[in-house]
Amino acid sequence: MEILVIQVLNSIFYAAVLFLIAAGLSLIYGVMRIVNLAHGNFFAFGAFVSAWAVGGLFGTGGSGGLALMGQLLLLPIGAFAVAALGAALEPTLLRPLYKRPEEYILLITFGLLMILEDVIKLLFGGTPLTASSITDALGIIRIGGLKYPTYNLVVIGIGILACLALWWFIYRTRFGVILRATSQDRRMASALGLNVGRVYVQAFAIGCFMAGLGGAVVVPAQAAVLGMGLDFLILAFVVIVIGGLGSLEGALVGALIVSFVRTAAIQFYPEMELAVLYLIAAAVLLVRPTGLFGRA
Amino acid sequence: MPSAHSVPSFLRLLAVAVPVIAALALLPRFAGIYQIELITYGLAFAIAALGFNLLLGYTGLLSFGHSAYFGAGAYTVAFIARDLHVHSMELCILGALASSLLIAALFGYVCVRHTRIFFGILTLALSQVLWSLAFKFFWVTGGTDGIRVPRTGITLLAGLLDFRGPGAYQRFVYSYYYYVLAIFVMAALVMWVIVHSPFGKALQAIRDNETRAGFVGIRVSRYRWIAFIISGLFTGLAGALWVPLNGLTTPEVLYWPFSGEIVFMTVLGGFRTFFGPIVGAIAFNYLKVYAVASSQYWQLVLGCVLVAMVMLLPTGIVGTLGRLADKLSKLRKS
Repeated sequence: MEILVIQVLNSIFYAAVLFLIAAGLSLIYGVMRIVNLAHGNFFAFGAFVSAWAVGGLFGTGGSGGLALMGQLLLLPIGAFAVAALGAALEPTLLRPLYKRPEEYILLITFGLLMILEDVIKLLFGGTPLTASSITDALGIIRIGGLKYPTYNLVVIGIGILACLALWWFIYRTRFGVILRATSQDRRMASALGLNVGRVYVQAFAIGCFMAGLGGAVVVPAQAAVLGMGLDFLILAFVVIVIGGLGSLEGALVGALIVSFVRTAAIQFYPEMELAVLYLIAAAVLLVRPTGLFGRA
Repeated sequence: MPSAHSVPSFLRLLAVAVPVIAALALLPRFAGIYQIELITYGLAFAIAALGFNLLLGYTGLLSFGHSAYFGAGAYTVAFIARDLHVHSMELCILGALASSLLIAALFGYVCVRHTRIFFGILTLALSQVLWSLAFKFFWVTGGTDGIRVPRTGITLLAGLLDFRGPGAYQRFVYSYYYYVLAIFVMAALVMWVIVHSPFGKALQAIRDNETRAGFVGIRVSRYRWIAFIISGLFTGLAGALWVPLNGLTTPEVLYWPFSGEIVFMTVLGGFRTFFGPIVGAIAFNYLKVYAVASSQYWQLVLGCVLVAMVMLLPTGIVGTLGRLADKLSKLRKS
């Protein structure tokens, strides 16, 4: 029974991280019709920046409530760094290609993926970085007879908060209306006087921010390592294919499905852990090409 | 069956191909053994890129999952050599063709129902099924260690050439070079006939306007499926030829960034031309080998080249050279 609770918590923890990455990917696709292959590496970049900042300033010796507070406040720095990076890349690399066939944008993001992989290596070195001092400081809670790190619950909380904030932002603010209008009909939005170029930068930066936030929240629990972006990108793809490209609800449901299926597969038949996810994605694309929540 | 219209273009092909093949055949007299190995790799990748381009350049479908067929070919050769103790490379290639045909037919049947970005994601997702199986079922596939295919276990031309004893390495490199060159020439010729056949023209019609092609009476998804299978066969053949050269097959050739590399080769050479993928594959192989040798940040180098190509030379090496040649001939006339 306790093991079941732990597994459910693990799944939700994993879903929270996946949701952050996939929602950013989905937002960028929804507004700009770009499949960003570099998204996983934006996530990795955020993870490295946060781990480097927290680990560098506080080391492993930070103790006491004040130090913990400081570390928690410093943690999202990776998300802001990635958002700034995205805001700089969209006008320089992507904007000149909007008039060309979509293959070219896909290729540019593939090039960006390779570049970012090595930029991370160049800036942070090849050794894994972690911000585990936060997990240590937060301690553990007991569930029945088993111990569970409190920090994982914090991540679940952040995931829920991010989901609510994003929903409010997209469906309840003026900027959200502009975003949705642009995503539905770019030329009409432009004809109505919206500055589509600015909406694109903002959407791309927000998407990148989500990826960076995913990276930031993950480093206290697991180390940032080279190549982490590739694995997460494909999982995020599976999430948005299941949920529907460009749909926020889809990203949430997709993230939950992927993490629960994965946890169950690891428990019962670990060899199929990844294969079953890709098969689900392929099956969904076959039956409902637009995903569970996607619009045609 | 070449129509009357395509006879001049067949002559043009001969004018380009004969000198190039002659130069490649004479190459071992001038180039060192290492260069010969690199060219062999390049020719194997060129077959993969030719197959890939039947989908991208001629049918208008961007696959991000061609690592699946390359890897299927490579792993089939490894399984045949290891488990069936078959040494003849020809039998291994036949097996690899059969397995990549099967997988391409299955995956293609699923994928051609979609186009554009959905097609790309679906091919990617399916190729990753194979990757995760190769990665996880380590007692069959060796996991990340892969499967070794030593050149001593391979014979060419139905056992006529084997590679044991002193000087085997040199003999292997040179004979295998000619072996791959011969298969490459045949494969390129077959592909040339395919794209210039009525079938190839129909694919181009589908690429340019799917709806009209359908109205003319072309069975669009049937044709796409056949193109997908041919494309997978070529890529599987390339994977089979690559294995003895590399001596090892690992899940890396099934992982999706390798699919990206195949796309990269094709775009580097230019996907609007027949010869683009060939030039691109050989150039990419050189680029990657020298980038890896000269810097630990080789991905940065490759990424920058790709970004620069897409931004500045979207028609690739062959397309750009072709335009330059056009300009020169115009200048000379005026």
